[in-house]
Amino acid sequence: MSEYILEMNHIMKSFPGVQVLNDVTLQVRPGEVHALMGENGAGKSTLMKILMGIYSADAGEIVLDGQKITCKNPRDAMEHGIAMIHQELNPILDMQVFENVFIGREKRTKLGLVDKAGMLRETRALLADLNIDIPSDAYMRDLSVAQCQLIEIVKAISLNARVVVMDEPTSAITEHEVDTLFTQIRRLKAENVAIIYISHKMDEIFEICDTITVLRDGQFIGTNPAAGMTSDQLIRMMVGRDITEVFPKADAEIGGPILEVKNISMGKRVKNVSFELRTGEVLGIAGLVGAGRSELVETIFGIRRKSSGEVFIRGQKVNIHSPKDAIANKIALITEDRKFTGLNLVGSVEQNITLVHLSQLFKNGLINGGKEKEVSTHYIDELSIKTPTRQTLVGNLSGGNQQKVVLAKWLLTEPDIIILDEPTRGIDVGAKRDIYLLIGEMVKNGKAVIVISSEIPEVMGLADRIIVMSEGRLTGEVGRPDFSQERIMTYAAQFGE
Amino acid sequence: MKSNTNTLSPKKVSMKDFGLILVFIALVVILAIVSGGTFVTPRNLLNVVKQTAINGILAMGMTFVIISGDIDLSVGSTVALTGVIATMFAHPAADGAANGQYPFIVPILLALLVGALVGALNGVGIAYGSIPAFIVTLGSMTIVRGLALIISGGSPIFDVTPAFESIASIQVGGVVPILAVYLIIIVAICAFILGKTVFGRRIYAIGGNATAASVSGINVRKLRVIVFTIAGLLAGLCGLLVASRTITGSPTAGQSYEMDAIAAAVIGGVSMSGGSGKWYGVVIGALMLAVISNGLDIMSVNSNFQLIIKGLIIIFAVLLDIKGKGKRS
Repeated sequence: MSEYILEMNHIMKSFPGVQVLNDVTLQVRPGEVHALMGENGAGKSTLMKILMGIYSADAGEIVLDGQKITCKNPRDAMEHGIAMIHQELNPILDMQVFENVFIGREKRTKLGLVDKAGMLRETRALLADLNIDIPSDAYMRDLSVAQCQLIEIVKAISLNARVVVMDEPTSAITEHEVDTLFTQIRRLKAENVAIIYISHKMDEIFEICDTITVLRDGQFIGTNPAAGMTSDQLIRMMVGRDITEVFPKADAEIGGPILEVKNISMGKRVKNVSFELRTGEVLGIAGLVGAGRSELVETIFGIRRKSSGEVFIRGQKVNIHSPKDAIANKIALITEDRKFTGLNLVGSVEQNITLVHLSQLFKNGLINGGKEKEVSTHYIDELSIKTPTRQTLVGNLSGGNQQKVVLAKWLLTEPDIIILDEPTRGIDVGAKRDIYLLIGEMVKNGKAVIVISSEIPEVMGLADRIIVMSEGRLTGEVGRPDFSQERIMTYAAQFGE
Repeated sequence: MKSNTNTLSPKKVSMKDFGLILVFIALVVILAIVSGGTFVTPRNLLNVVKQTAINGILAMGMTFVIISGDIDLSVGSTVALTGVIATMFAHPAADGAANGQYPFIVPILLALLVGALVGALNGVGIAYGSIPAFIVTLGSMTIVRGLALIISGGSPIFDVTPAFESIASIQVGGVVPILAVYLIIIVAICAFILGKTVFGRRIYAIGGNATAASVSGINVRKLRVIVFTIAGLLAGLCGLLVASRTITGSPTAGQSYEMDAIAAAVIGGVSMSGGSGKWYGVVIGALMLAVISNGLDIMSVNSNFQLIIKGLIIIFAVLLDIKGKGKRS
């Protein structure tokens, strides 16, 4: 018997014109949490898609428990005991928990009808066994992202999975929910299940993982035990160079107030929030998921209608009823979810970059192709967006480059106030740094920036001042000299009246 | 990580469209051979273009709607309603002279106006009532058909002024059917709007991702109303042309025209999920449908079989489209 439960040996894969995996090897022991690291575009997803039978490898072999296997589709993989929890969960919202757990392999009664009672019973038993407090007949629609993830884990367990792939499982859940997730991961470990864990969050990797395999540009870089490795070493392996400073902080001169928000409320989500923002300043908004941070900035930007309160720009009261009004007032909002609210994935890079500013660029309503090319090429170069051409569909770019396209489209409007909601979610270290540097450039040019991030180290690294929200209210404000994770967490966890 | 073959400049026709053109040419060649040359006589080719005109114009309107991410099922009924109204106002005067009861321009304007109004109402229901386009236009399809039957008293209205008749029947230079000229003008205008204007670009943007378009400061609701108004306006134009060509305002005209328009767009590579599609694909799609029915007519294929062949071609065209896209990612 082999020491490894799963081996992917010498995997090669190319797409027309690109070698995406070149002799990659991944060896996973039973009962270990194995981190698969690499920048976006390094080949992690492709490797996992080959494992799940979504793609087939050009060369190389997959060995499970000493047996060579071939999976033609995810169903084959599942039958071999390999399950994957995707980054973007797609639960069927109108189904109940037990139906989701048994989807595709519904239990039948003797008459061949769906055995609802049997599935309910088994699901309830599984949930109880795992100490997960979700009713087995709840509708998926009513569950949070984290709860949906737990249901996926339940599903994996009910499949008797021996290898579970988790693709960025914590990208959309709160810190408390991360703890629950980790408890379940440790439980799986104890049952000798191997977990392949993909994440960009360093602290998590070191907390939960035993072994780390790094890929870069489709090449296998190395496999090391997590213990004894530092995050600097890991970053160096991932990007192939040193990153001296994780958060480069630009020195910008902070001027007078440019934006003043007074007693703004939006239904029950934002309650009586007031703050001001100065030119040259980076203001961080911290808080737990659901604290109302996104709702606050979306209300300022006119996506949501405020129920009361006032907004002043350079001392002048402004009435913003729609994003159009906000844009006219030189505000830009880079929304939290680039796929749902940021980009037209079936549009080209160029079309996405020029979309917001189109009517300003072409005042007579006619598009001048030459001028559009000039503008889009300028921003593609300026933000070093990695794209084959300006005509490439945005949906074909990696997460980091997609995010840069969103930034480009807003920078083109030359805003004075730039609001970034989770600007680095799900993007790799290199692209993150590019975005940090860009924020520095913005404030040096006298712009004012608001950054929302659920990663407290990131807000602390970037901001001059942090305001903290909890349950829709502003619960605290901290200046840069007084930044501390504990202090921010204390404000973020102030619940109740 | 992902392969990118979609790197052609916008001026070039992509491989997928090229495939469509090849299929079209192959079809013409086959029909030319099988029909013993009858199909490719100049006279017949002009006839094909003429047969393309009505569906081609409707398909251009449908293209706006589908690119914006919606669908319009009401255009066939709108053709009937506007045809009936146009004929009522194009009746010859009682004295039997060539003049109509109303000035020449009245039926024309009314047909266009009523068509645009139906479209605008569809748009308002969809954009401001947040009702799915399929439902709104399914409802208006029935309502508008009912109106056409009520106004006409349930039977076709005959007899129009010679001037009205000439709208769709004259031949430019004695050779080119005027319907072909209308088609070319409408296609040119639509191609310009979709490809060259800020407004056109925004239609693609809302079809690709309406939420992102809205966050980008685009008034998505207003745009939707305009898009449906355009589709209605073009349906009104078709109602006028059909009434003129047949010298009849029939309340049952235009049955399933919406389906032919959708078919032309889909064959032409317009994505039913919105956000992508090119005008020239739709033109080829509309031509293809006309070529098939004309060619099969020449070969005296039973019209019931023609339906089956048409249906297979629609499915086959979309299959090719999906396979073509599948290769990309």
